[in-house]
Amino acid sequence: MAVTDMGRGVADAPPKVALLNNPRVRGAIYQVLLAVVLVYLVYAGIGNMLGNMERAGISTGFGFLDNTAGFAISQSLIDYDQGVSTYGRVFVVGLLNTLIVAVIGIFFATIIGFLVGVARLSNNWIVNRLATAYVEFFRNIPLLLHIFIWYFGVLRLLPQARDSFDFGFLGLLNNRGYFAPKPIWGEGAMLILYALIAAIAIAWGISRWAHKRQMETGQIFPAFWTGLGLIIGLPLLAFLVMGAPLSWDIPVAGGFRPSGGMTVIPEFLALLVALTTYTAAFIAEIVRAGILGVSKGQSEAAHALGLRQGQNLRLVIIPQALRIIIPPLTSQYLNLTKNSSLAVAIAYPDLVSVFQGTTLNQTGLAPQIVAITMLTYLTISLLTSAFMNWYNNRVALVER
Amino acid sequence: MTKTVLTGVLGAAVLALGASTASAATLDDVKAKGFVQCGVSQGLPGFSNPDADGEWSGMDVDLCRGIAAAIFGDATAVKFTPLSAKERFTALQSGEVDVLSRNTTWTMSRDTQLGLNFAGVNYYDGQGFMIRTDMNINSALELSGASICTNTGTTTELNVADYFRANNMEYELVAFEKADEVVAAYDAGRCDVYTTDQSGLYAQRLKLTDPGAHKVLPEIISKEPLGPVVRQGDDQWFNIIKWVHNATLNAEELGVTMDNVEEMKESDNPAIRRLLGTEGEFGTDIGLDNDWAAKAIAAIGNYGEIFDRNVGPDTELAIGRGVNALWSQGGLQYAPPIR
Repeated sequence: MAVTDMGRGVADAPPKVALLNNPRVRGAIYQVLLAVVLVYLVYAGIGNMLGNMERAGISTGFGFLDNTAGFAISQSLIDYDQGVSTYGRVFVVGLLNTLIVAVIGIFFATIIGFLVGVARLSNNWIVNRLATAYVEFFRNIPLLLHIFIWYFGVLRLLPQARDSFDFGFLGLLNNRGYFAPKPIWGEGAMLILYALIAAIAIAWGISRWAHKRQMETGQIFPAFWTGLGLIIGLPLLAFLVMGAPLSWDIPVAGGFRPSGGMTVIPEFLALLVALTTYTAAFIAEIVRAGILGVSKGQSEAAHALGLRQGQNLRLVIIPQALRIIIPPLTSQYLNLTKNSSLAVAIAYPDLVSVFQGTTLNQTGLAPQIVAITMLTYLTISLLTSAFMNWYNNRVALVER
Repeated sequence: MTKTVLTGVLGAAVLALGASTASAATLDDVKAKGFVQCGVSQGLPGFSNPDADGEWSGMDVDLCRGIAAAIFGDATAVKFTPLSAKERFTALQSGEVDVLSRNTTWTMSRDTQLGLNFAGVNYYDGQGFMIRTDMNINSALELSGASICTNTGTTTELNVADYFRANNMEYELVAFEKADEVVAAYDAGRCDVYTTDQSGLYAQRLKLTDPGAHKVLPEIISKEPLGPVVRQGDDQWFNIIKWVHNATLNAEELGVTMDNVEEMKESDNPAIRRLLGTEGEFGTDIGLDNDWAAKAIAAIGNYGEIFDRNVGPDTELAIGRGVNALWSQGGLQYAPPIR
């Protein structure tokens, strides 16, 4: 009986229900309510905070960003003068320090991760076991410990400034850091840069043309090697034509620390190595999972078509594996960036250390500074995600 | 680090969502919960340092015990919260601690911009430099180009900057979150120089592998009046902290000690009788019993005793009284009279 009733109701006309019981209207009402409550909570929270801060006599506003900071920072990618630069400048210096360790860390972690991930699938017993040992060792020890091991463990082994390891032209290494030779570009150096840009543009054009020609005629053009040759060759040519406008500022030992050259501080090295090796272990597992996720039939089909092993990997396996690899890889990139805030433990002047640390302490304005810092990390993470999502869409399966 | 962020965020959250924390009468809260929550350092011998059993000792700790004794007659009615340099003000502002007694330098911006009040100076300090003896350096003016280790978020960073700028010298600053890491990095040779308040240098030197191989340079480059801090807006609590400290100074001046405080109550000297509550109603005026000072002194002794017990010549730190002597003996320690 009940079954026929229901059947008839659906068949005849949309059932008459009260507007409030309409699931779509109801859903919309709940969402609007939730949004209103959330907005009110945020509004009330901020209002309450401002009120409390005023009552407690704590300064509000962001005027402090224009005040002179007056403390030194051991690594700065832009001009920073402790006597003149403001807290706003400190923020930029800290942000750049965070970004540089994150970008370089992501670069190396990806390379090491891919190598180790592929090595774990190797048929060679030793390579396979070494890769497994690497992953298990680095993945299972807390990152902070890694950082301390690299910093205090490795630092203690390096010599004092006066007994530096001297690599001649390659600079000096001691417990104050790595003192590298600094390139000084002479007149006409810009031409080399232009040559490099032109080479990249031409290489890109050739690769497009080669792809098109292969699609039309099936003929293969060695676009990769041509491009590589151009990218190295053109700037080199420009360099020689301009009469080698390059000299090196080589660091010299002496005094408390070597003078001249560029300094890479040990805090940066320790943090970079720790972040890279730790994240690479996770990336290796993601890569392994991605490759194993591609069905064996794909390889067999590729071989049946006559593709060689290298072509099989490059054209069949990797593109499909990437679809599985990219989303979790994005998480690892975000983790690495956020984990770089552990820098504060070893005095690397990242955003958390100089801004959310020193600046907060000098000014005492916790709400503003914590908010700025959180927003900054949020922005970096969202931008990284957006880029990776764009890339993921590009490599996603195109169904025809 | 995680805790620091947490404190910062929680501090902000408490400020955002909590009821006004600053206006409540701290004394009533403290009496209701039965103990004083005292913010101290994470371990600085002579000022606030836990021993193997977790028992805290030091000058800053004694001040907290004195406050507890003045309120409850029990010097153990106090709980300690170890705070890093950067957590300390947020912890006090958000009401996590009742009083901050953590070798904190009294500066104008801290006093005026953070909603806090400094209740006195229990140690006059100054920033100094420590260096390896075998570097053969005898003056801070020879330090151009040196790498300098210190704590982040302290006045020391700014003082070093000023000093080196004023003398046209270069330096590299390596600033760590925790004092233990500063000591480890200095010990490992990352830096040539360790800088912090001179009392701190003597204290941290004890943690080095070979304390004898390091010396403190003679220059003092800053004024560092260290003292207890309370929230602004609660004058009663502010007065209590201020006067417990003043009572220990007055006691030393008047010759009242931990041992003779009971017999001194019967003294003929009216100043002593007022201090110990035999005469006058000074205790009830600040919301305590009249023998508040007597209870505090019985628990922690007078200022001289506190100094000698924690940092004086017979301790490992072996710091002389210097500017921390009473005004009557050529020092700076001076308390207004109780009358």
